[in-house]
Amino acid sequence: MGRKLLTEHINVEGIQTFDVYRKHGGYASVEKALKTMTPEEVVEEVKASGLRGRGGAGFPTGMKWSFLAKPEGKPRYLVCNADESEPGTFKDRYLMEKLPHLLIEGMITSSFALGARTSYIYIRGELLYVLRILEKAIAEAYANGFLGENILGSGYSLDLHVHPGGGAYICGEETALLESLEGKRGNPRNKPPFPAVWGLYGCPTVVNNVESIATVPWIVTNGAAEYAKIGVGRSTGTKLISAGGNINKPGVYEIELGVPVEEFIYSDEYCGGIWKGRDMKAVIAGGSSVPILPKELILKTAAGEDRLMTYESLSDGGFATGTMLGSGGFFVMDDQTCIVRHTWTLARFYHHESCGQCSPCREGTGWMEKVLHRIEYGHGQMHDIDLLVSVAKQIEGNTICPLGDAAAWPVAAAIRHFRDEFEWHVKHPERATAPGAVYNKADSVLA
Amino acid sequence: MVKITFDGIEVEVEEGTTILNAARKIGGEVVPPAMCYYTPLKGSGGKCRACLVKVAAGSAKDPRPMPKLVASCITPVQDGMVVENTTNPDVLATRKGVVEMLLINHPLDCPICDQAGECDLQNFSYEHGTSGTRYEEERRTFEKIDIGPLIQLHMTRCILCYRCVYTADQITEKRVHGVLGRGDAAEIGTYIENVIDNDFSGNVIDVCPVGALTDKTFRFKNRVWFTKPMDAHRDCPKCSGKVVLWMRGNDVMRVTARKDKYNEVQEFICNECRFDHKDPNDWTIEGARKIDRGSVISANHYELPVLNVPVVPNLPGSTEDDLKDTPFNLGRSV
Ligand SMILES: Cc1cc2nc3c(=O)[nH]c(=O)nc-3n(C[C@H](O)[C@H](O)[C@H](O)COP(=O)(O)O)c2cc1C
Ligand code: SF4
Ligand code: SF4
Ligand code: FES
Repeated sequence: MGRKLLTEHINVEGIQTFDVYRKHGGYASVEKALKTMTPEEVVEEVKASGLRGRGGAGFPTGMKWSFLAKPEGKPRYLVCNADESEPGTFKDRYLMEKLPHLLIEGMITSSFALGARTSYIYIRGELLYVLRILEKAIAEAYANGFLGENILGSGYSLDLHVHPGGGAYICGEETALLESLEGKRGNPRNKPPFPAVWGLYGCPTVVNNVESIATVPWIVTNGAAEYAKIGVGRSTGTKLISAGGNINKPGVYEIELGVPVEEFIYSDEYCGGIWKGRDMKAVIAGGSSVPILPKELILKTAAGEDRLMTYESLSDGGFATGTMLGSGGFFVMDDQTCIVRHTWTLARFYHHESCGQCSPCREGTGWMEKVLHRIEYGHGQMHDIDLLVSVAKQIEGNTICPLGDAAAWPVAAAIRHFRDEFEWHVKHPERATAPGAVYNKADSVLA
Repeated sequence: MVKITFDGIEVEVEEGTTILNAARKIGGEVVPPAMCYYTPLKGSGGKCRACLVKVAAGSAKDPRPMPKLVASCITPVQDGMVVENTTNPDVLATRKGVVEMLLINHPLDCPICDQAGECDLQNFSYEHGTSGTRYEEERRTFEKIDIGPLIQLHMTRCILCYRCVYTADQITEKRVHGVLGRGDAAEIGTYIENVIDNDFSGNVIDVCPVGALTDKTFRFKNRVWFTKPMDAHRDCPKCSGKVVLWMRGNDVMRVTARKDKYNEVQEFICNECRFDHKDPNDWTIEGARKIDRGSVISANHYELPVLNVPVVPNLPGSTEDDLKDTPFNLGRSV
């Protein structure tokens, strides 16, 4: 059994309430930080822990914090990104719903470290019931002196607000989130300047994922050294994985980074193997934006080493043969899954969610969706496949925000690894569009 | 002052200048095209990606290249920066891709579009695009909308450069104009056809790079290349009163603000000047306006040879020989 740092008490009866949470050691990090540490010491602790951002990009959290500009006379803000809308990722919701006080504790300790006096949790609009849970927990924290003026007599004051989004995936992108929080249309900003210099209301701001912030209390309470003992290399600590798709036990798992992918998929402690006794075809390891990998490449790297659940191991081989840990949305597809249909579904999502500011993403996402739709429904031509690769390339790297990349990568990767399946759809439209028909390699002999 | 090298040419500019403006200081062929950036509008730029360039060296201090192409219109220069535009094949290929993206949902209805002949998208695709298209899908369309009695919005032609949005925000008194929806379904909305009625609303027509916002008082009246642009002014209590009259014979077909060689408005004008003074006697006419670009506007009289216009480079088949005997022989000295 791996260690559980975030979810140890998640099934304790009443853990959503302040009293029960407190009885199980909750808010210890606030006491420790505010009474015995300076803000700089907290930042150093987080730096030393090796914690990397859990929102997708994996940027070291302590380093991000130390970049925060500190000009005179300007407030600084901490904003928690709880917009979680990436298909296949549902860990933040689980954490907030079950352990609202953990996030609030993390917000207080982190805000103290950053010198923020007002902080925000920007939550996905569809999660209104979670917002209610958080608001209730925040009220409890105020009532018990952990929020508001002069927290625990330390002289440090903090106000915490929860703000719901309006239902746009793009508002999870940190600068679009800030625009939205300011009450504007959620268009990503041009960068630089980065939020660390010019963030919310033009003030220095740190945006962090829910899980990143929820990890801070453990690090501060137990020490960075203890945290860094867990994991492999530069992937320290534990990570929440949203496991979904054709597995026996979908759900959110807290794993120690470094668990072999094979163990994660097949052991009963985690996913419990592929459902219905089927074989596995492919996996998306880090949320819908990261490249899909076929069974052979997700279990072993191109060099034949076991693939581990770490940032480094999953990205081994670059995009040619690797992928990314991303946000930890782990999506398993069995051998009855149609990759073309799946790719079309993702393309449809990104087409729908593009903010439309920059031309390659606005136009290219729609184009890819339409071409994929044609191929899936038996109207594709061979040159369409290369066209898709070319359009994806025209988007990638040429846009304002990473949504363009996120839309391009899944299409490019699906064709990179499953080109034969796309070709089969083009060559045999009647068979490909027959109800329930799925390509398999054996079939390609007939093709 | 900082020094940068742009396409092998050294130029000195003030700190904080964008790469695009540094290139404009050099001028001529090396200047990247800009479809959304607009100098008078704060916050504009970064959207169309037409101006992407390669930064081959970030600065003298940190000479590493930037990993991605950058939007030259919003990226400030650093001392010792080395930038590649026309000298970098990647940049040119990417730009071709941007043209393609901007055109896939464009109606290509230039023959019936009032903007034809002074359209940035026409120029952009002519200079940087390919002649064919790989797009076989249905194009998205929108209904035409009247924005008040004077302006028409033909959203199907819009490239979402946001210039009109910034204009409505920054130079008109109240904002009823923004973007609704997202992705390729995003549209310039006026919040349920709320009329933009204020003294400066007409400027959205001038800033629009395409034929999405057009002057209803000029609608289908003429092709711009048949009209002669004349600089003129009047005493106007609301604006500078400095305009361009687009004349056919002695008739004023339309009135616009004056634009520089990058098609950017020099001084915004009021609606009264734009819409209500179509009588030449209302104006002091200064003389013919010089149109700098290789525009069809400067070719507004086929019969009168203008001497020494240089060959327009980049046009397919635009060698001297190709053009010699065509009606498009712009009177260059042969
Ligand atoms: C289109 C898009 C959507 C995103 N959605 C989320 C999200 O829902 N939650 C999140 O934490 N980060 C999201 N991100 C990443 C954020 O921009 C940002 O990097 C992250 O919140 C930083 O937190 P971290 O350093 O703790 O990982 C998204 C990025 C993009 C480009
Ligand atoms: S890449 Fe897409 S989502 Fe991001 S700013 Fe551009 S159009 Fe908007
Ligand atoms: S209507 Fe014209 S100015 Fe406005 S966004 Fe569209 S193209 Fe740009
Ligand atoms: S002009 Fe620079 S991105 Fe449009």
